[in-house]
Amino acid sequence: MKAEGRVFRYGDNVDTDVIIPARYLNTSDRKELASHCMEDLDSTFVKRVSAGDIIVAGRNFGCGSSREHAPIAIKESGVSCVIASTFARIFFRNSINIGLPILECPEASAEIAEGDKVSIDFSTGVIHDETTGKEYKAEPFPPFMQRLIEAGGLAEYIKENF
Amino acid sequence: MAMTMTEKILAHAAGLPEVHPGQLIMADLDMVLGNDITSPVAIKEFPRFGKDKVFDRTKIALVPDHFTPNKDIKAAEQCACVRAFASKEGITNYFEVGRVGIEHALLPEQGLVTAGDTVIGADSHTCTYGALGAFSTGVGSTDMAAGMAIGKAWFKVPSTIRFRLSGKFRPHVSGKDLILTIIGMIGVDGALYRAMEFSGDGVHSLTMDDRFTVANMAIEAGAKNGIFPVDDLTLQYLKEHGAAEPKIFASDPDAEFEKTIDIDLSQIVPTVSYPHLPENTHSAKDGKDIRIDQVVIGSCTNGRLSDLEAAARILKGRKIAPGVRCIIIPATQRIWLEAMHEGLFDIFVEAGCVVSTPTCGPCLGGYMGILAEGERCVSTTNRNFVGRMGHVRSEIYLASPEVAAASAVMGYIADPEEVGYEG
Repeated sequence: MKAEGRVFRYGDNVDTDVIIPARYLNTSDRKELASHCMEDLDSTFVKRVSAGDIIVAGRNFGCGSSREHAPIAIKESGVSCVIASTFARIFFRNSINIGLPILECPEASAEIAEGDKVSIDFSTGVIHDETTGKEYKAEPFPPFMQRLIEAGGLAEYIKENF
Repeated sequence: MAMTMTEKILAHAAGLPEVHPGQLIMADLDMVLGNDITSPVAIKEFPRFGKDKVFDRTKIALVPDHFTPNKDIKAAEQCACVRAFASKEGITNYFEVGRVGIEHALLPEQGLVTAGDTVIGADSHTCTYGALGAFSTGVGSTDMAAGMAIGKAWFKVPSTIRFRLSGKFRPHVSGKDLILTIIGMIGVDGALYRAMEFSGDGVHSLTMDDRFTVANMAIEAGAKNGIFPVDDLTLQYLKEHGAAEPKIFASDPDAEFEKTIDIDLSQIVPTVSYPHLPENTHSAKDGKDIRIDQVVIGSCTNGRLSDLEAAARILKGRKIAPGVRCIIIPATQRIWLEAMHEGLFDIFVEAGCVVSTPTCGPCLGGYMGILAEGERCVSTTNRNFVGRMGHVRSEIYLASPEVAAASAVMGYIADPEEVGYEG
């Protein structure tokens, strides 16, 4: 599996309240959630994002509320991967469970710039910044999580195994 | 192998003789929780798990507390979805308006969690039940759906940071000041993926409500869970609330902790987290220049009876400062009734506060106290992120009920020491 797109860059501690503000949590409609994605941090995101684009952020991405609406909004907006130095733990497991690709890579998080064109090979964990020509290697997922991702998410994994 | 309390509970839940940090396990669940925001997503996902019905209709709690009483048509439809599912599946712990309260105050009060339990909830503050000596953690809706389907969840066993408490609080200091101080010390990701275990002699001086508040905000340091040892006070609480027989697990003396941080409770002062992160802590006494527009006293963090009593001690015989709105939200119906019987509502209303039905409402910017552009709120809630309670250019200052009440009286961030009690 591969991804390729332009980079939207954000800082540390991007919380789920700015990813999808609670005033929109009176719905679980994916398209509607996506139409407000990142609204309180970057009101232009929704207008600018196109399929395949990549979010690069700093530490503790997705901290705060457990709302799965946050990774759902990001995935539905077309983002192909979120790269961060670290992820908040509930956001991390929600992303794995719903099949939003995420990668922890402090070096890539520190160096990749807004607007760079980046490609990712998920089978190797290699992140290639085509704008600068630099390559980074993300930590691979442990085998259990890889099986979960390969099954297509938690629902499929459980259906097959329990 | 020596294990921590968290490791022992997880080993028990996974049916393993021992577990170690980093290990991935499948654990049996004693309770699966959801609210009116997260449950509809889980309910929609549920059919994908291929099970005809839920794993155990007595081990699921559906608590529509966030946008209830229904704040708008969409919220009403989400609640209708939860109500229909509860009815179809025969969920015994579904709480309708009139019985519902804020989930993390309600479940312990109803005796639905006991020591040694393993609990997941599709709400980040599910870590609250660690106060009862349970392993309890927040997850998303898909995990909740999986939990409802098979009664299990996957976990990576966390390593543990130990907070060794000694001494006791000075007057006007509470569990909220302790947890804000700790978050200020270690940062909002200072315990990322870790367990936070609170131990030491100082623990015994903390009331159960203090412990709930401290465990509740473990997530604000990034932790997977916060946990307290089980002592006489815990056992008494569990008994009084009709909880199941406790399963007592204690950390071995030679258990491995990633780090130990010693804290003298007598050194903790009234503390306020300034915008826009809970780690941005300051002494309440340094807040005189910060004029405020609103105060909220309530939430899963600080909406319990002792919180309301603490606020009432400050507010008794006083008036809310001109230009300030003070909203008080008892966390459950039982707390509401007890507060009324104690005469706290007379104190609040005479001071100029408004008292609401139980709801999470304003904490997450839902309703019942939304902030306009440029407004500042001192709140006993748990998050002060950008836009959390309203406009993206509004500000939230997190504090204890005493600091919040003192600030409501003064019109700026105030140390309760400065205000004192009026007789």
